[in-house]
Amino acid sequence: MADISFLLLIFFLVTTSMDVNQGLARRLPAPIPPDQKIEDTDINKRNLLVVKINSANQLMVQGQEIDIKQLRTKAKEFISNVDDNPYLPKLFEDDFGAPIGTVKYTKEHVISVQNDVDTQYQAYLNVQNELVAAYNELRDECAHKYFHKSYNELEEDQQKQIQKIYPQKISEAEPKNYGN
Amino acid sequence: MAKIRRNEKREMPALNTSSLPDIIFMLLFFFMSVTSMKEVTYKVQFQNPQATELTKLEKKSLVRYIYVGTPTAEFRKQYGHETRIQLDDAFADKSEIGDYIVNERSAMKEQDQGLMTVSIKADKETRMGVIADIKQELRRAYALKISYAATQRTSY
Repeated sequence: MADISFLLLIFFLVTTSMDVNQGLARRLPAPIPPDQKIEDTDINKRNLLVVKINSANQLMVQGQEIDIKQLRTKAKEFISNVDDNPYLPKLFEDDFGAPIGTVKYTKEHVISVQNDVDTQYQAYLNVQNELVAAYNELRDECAHKYFHKSYNELEEDQQKQIQKIYPQKISEAEPKNYGN
Repeated sequence: MAKIRRNEKREMPALNTSSLPDIIFMLLFFFMSVTSMKEVTYKVQFQNPQATELTKLEKKSLVRYIYVGTPTAEFRKQYGHETRIQLDDAFADKSEIGDYIVNERSAMKEQDQGLMTVSIKADKETRMGVIADIKQELRRAYALKISYAATQRTSY
């Protein structure tokens, strides 16, 4: 009996791997139908945060070179625009239902990530990670404020309410060659 | 009368092993639950990038993988050092991704087809040109739910 189970145990040890399937979940935009003309959607300048990564993995946000560690606070500032700064996205007011009520939020903000063909995958993922982290932190703060719980502990429809206040809008441009 | 036995040899009792199978089975089940079967044999080598905002891929049957990296030592002679894409058990060109996804999706149950997730397992040194090509192919094949496989980062 023990021999058989030993054998099974060793078989499983050999054929399996310990790595868990974890990853940064993202959603790609739907493809543009070939008969449709590509329209330049007019996005107001204040609603747009441009994050560029060049081939040397350097980061540029709104024309300023910054460090990856500053990106999260920059993105949070941009998404929430607490002080109604005229250079940050326009604030809209909407009713999100009880118990949140009417809240100001930046409805039309877009974060655009542009990378070079030679950008390293890790650098690109760092940027994506920081942006997702910014959204997650804002949602978590919001959850604590209105539900006194962390975002992950909320019910699904409560999470949806918060998602409406902070919708994830990360757009990705086609890769181009920058700074060669 | 009590007898004093002095010359008789005392033998140690044999260890009771009747619970050994239970213990081993317990170990076996532990390993079975925490590990996952290898999906394929890797022909490319890659080291996952690191990130913090990770989500777990829930249903294994709904996930398809795309491996990106440099060929392993045994294939290097044949395929060189350039970054390559692996689908299932074979090297593939980026133009084959679309067909692969469509095939895999049509093999799924109808109600599951919209839930298919594509996990991109790429080396952290990969250049974004390759990844962008893959993403374009996935968009064209309407596989919009993707996940960049990564490991948990503990610090900067």
